[in-house]
Amino acid sequence: MLKQTLHISTSPHLVKGSSVEVIMRNVVWAMLPTAAFSVYAFGWNAALVLITSTLSCVLTEHVLCRLSGKRSTVSDWSAIITGLLLGLTLPPIFPLWMTFLGGVIAISVGKFLFGGLGYNVFNPALVGRAVLQGAFPVAITTWYDGFAADRFSSINSSLLAAPFMKPVVDGVSGATPLSAFKFDGVITDTADLAFGFVSGSAGETSAILILLGGIYLVTRNFMNWRIPVSILLTVFVLSGIFYWIDPSKYPSPLFMLFSGGLMLGAVFMATDMVASPITKWGVVLYGAIIGTFIVVIRIWGGLPEGVMYAILLGNAISPHIDRLIRYRVYGTSLKSS
Amino acid sequence: MLTIKKHTFKHGVHPPENKEETNRLPIRQFSFAPLIILPVSQHIGKPSKVIVREGQEVIRGQKLAESDGFLSVPLHSPATGIIRKIANVPTLSGKMTTGIYLEPFPSSTQEILEGNPIDLETATPEEILLGIQQAGIVGLGGAAFPTHAKLKIPEGKHCDTLIINGIECEPYLTTDHRVMLEQPDDIFMGIKYLMKATGAKRTIIGIEANKKDAAEFLAGKLDGKDPVSVEVVPVKYPQGAEKMLITAILGKEVPSGGLPIDVNVVVVNVATTAEIGRLLPHGRGIQERVITITGPGVKKKGNYLIPIGTPLRYVLEEVGVEESISEVYMGGPMMGVAVGNLDISIVKGTSGIVVFNEKQVHKSAQVYPCIKCGACVDACPLSLNPSKLGILAKFESYDKMAEEYHLMDCFECGSCSFVCPSHIPLVQYFRLSKSIIRKRKSA
Repeated sequence: MLKQTLHISTSPHLVKGSSVEVIMRNVVWAMLPTAAFSVYAFGWNAALVLITSTLSCVLTEHVLCRLSGKRSTVSDWSAIITGLLLGLTLPPIFPLWMTFLGGVIAISVGKFLFGGLGYNVFNPALVGRAVLQGAFPVAITTWYDGFAADRFSSINSSLLAAPFMKPVVDGVSGATPLSAFKFDGVITDTADLAFGFVSGSAGETSAILILLGGIYLVTRNFMNWRIPVSILLTVFVLSGIFYWIDPSKYPSPLFMLFSGGLMLGAVFMATDMVASPITKWGVVLYGAIIGTFIVVIRIWGGLPEGVMYAILLGNAISPHIDRLIRYRVYGTSLKSS
Repeated sequence: MLTIKKHTFKHGVHPPENKEETNRLPIRQFSFAPLIILPVSQHIGKPSKVIVREGQEVIRGQKLAESDGFLSVPLHSPATGIIRKIANVPTLSGKMTTGIYLEPFPSSTQEILEGNPIDLETATPEEILLGIQQAGIVGLGGAAFPTHAKLKIPEGKHCDTLIINGIECEPYLTTDHRVMLEQPDDIFMGIKYLMKATGAKRTIIGIEANKKDAAEFLAGKLDGKDPVSVEVVPVKYPQGAEKMLITAILGKEVPSGGLPIDVNVVVVNVATTAEIGRLLPHGRGIQERVITITGPGVKKKGNYLIPIGTPLRYVLEEVGVEESISEVYMGGPMMGVAVGNLDISIVKGTSGIVVFNEKQVHKSAQVYPCIKCGACVDACPLSLNPSKLGILAKFESYDKMAEEYHLMDCFECGSCSFVCPSHIPLVQYFRLSKSIIRKRKSA
């Protein structure tokens, strides 16, 4: 006689097997080569910035969950992504206390205030970075040349600046290719840009490794490839048009593609699922808008770099894109849906 | 004629098929249980009216309950025996309904009582529909909607194309596959009845590419002059849904809120068709059906011809199940219902029994918030936005769900829940929301 205790659940009784945690973990794996290269290029300085930003995000998430009486959501790995991303957007000699503050703001303001994972309107890392940019405009544009001989033997003193003290900038601080172009009209070689032998934020140097990480995520179906492709294509085409009109005044499209935070932003930041549209055509429009903002800010704006603001603007527009662009529901005409 | 198509409907998912274990096993006759329990409500619509009394001896094929109105079908005795009791019995949904307890006589011949044969040549469409109703036939694919009601062409509409649904997109199930391989003559006879009843000018048998053998076998039986063809479509869930099948085969879309007849199509399941072809020439009623019994928890997996009313417990004991069984589904694992009580019976709509043991059961994994990854949006065969609908359901914005986001079109295929990385029970939200909306409307 059968005497089993039967479980009852609702259909479907099969699941595909992916989970939020798996997606997030894979995004972290995909960012690791980029992070490793920034450590290779900038030494312990970059390592310290990345560790600090990640720790700060994870800690903030944990503490805020506990304070609001919820189970800690640290195990979903999303705070680690925010931390790594934030670290990768900062100069490798960015004072650690500022880095820590950035992480706290990213998670508390960028994520928790909106309701936590899934509810954030903006990419939390960029919220943190935007606040840092406003608060510490000098420190965040103080760059540092990569491949210094002593990068693994000493730590830059500005990293360890005491809180609320003006950091003493020491050593060589190199201009980024974009600021070199914007303010001095100097063009950096595209191959150097692509491979990362330039000055810049910890993670905005090696376009190739960022692209590899992106390709990995796309093949595992954890990333919508249309977003980076749409952004990069828009930047390439728009800047190509200007370059074709006057090559002496405007940068070449290849320089635009491989310089600054474009790759990092297009591949790892604009693709934040929560803050990007949900339909295929929606993300293409979203990417085109971000790409256009980037070109506009870089060419006419007061800042050498515009990726961060462009993506934040794209995030803000994203819910409206979803309202505007929907799939035509089966059996309805476009007008009624 | 056999056509192999490359295109199909938009979106959809690819769950593991798991059909290999039973798709080569021929249909085997199941023995009579010592006590057969027949609920009178085995179909959508009004329950049948019992016309026998306790203690009465009945013959196999004899009517035990009569149809009650148009949307209702009679119930026939699956065995010669004696009515022991008429009392409330449990059903799959958890509700109790009137049931007839029949004790078969083990020694009697079990010959089948015949009724009024429906002659294909002379019968009018109305007579065929009545014959189908009197045979107690309902959609055997699982919906259990009375077939004659579906075949009744509404005033002002006409049917061009009859589609025979041999898709069987539910994982694990091989019922229709075996019926197509073993009952071709019944299927073709059924098609003739159906074409006459609906006035359809042509018939297309739709089969998924994982049953090419059945498609080739059936196409080989056609002589080229028949208005019947076989089309093979790529494997994709939920292709067996009428709307998806019509789109896959004809490229047409059934209007939102409409029926296949709105695009001049009628879709009938292949096992239902075979049943019509087998029963109508003799005026018999349906007494048994083919059921795939499978899943990791089953010892003697196979396709069985099981008398309607056989208790599930008896079925599982006969095929043998593992010690560690954990969930039993009536139907396939995508749309089937988890059984909470083994004392329910096999009914006309039971297309499969799938038994999972502890390992396969996806124990309620942690539910995360929706991260708007869009997997559900790209899975929904109707291009609904399950992500948005799920959020609206949480806020109980039912009117918005129905009016702006077409919730009422959802047929609960489960593709969205299947792909959701946050493990949000979206289909369950939608089932609840739909029933609330329906209740509000009728109130």
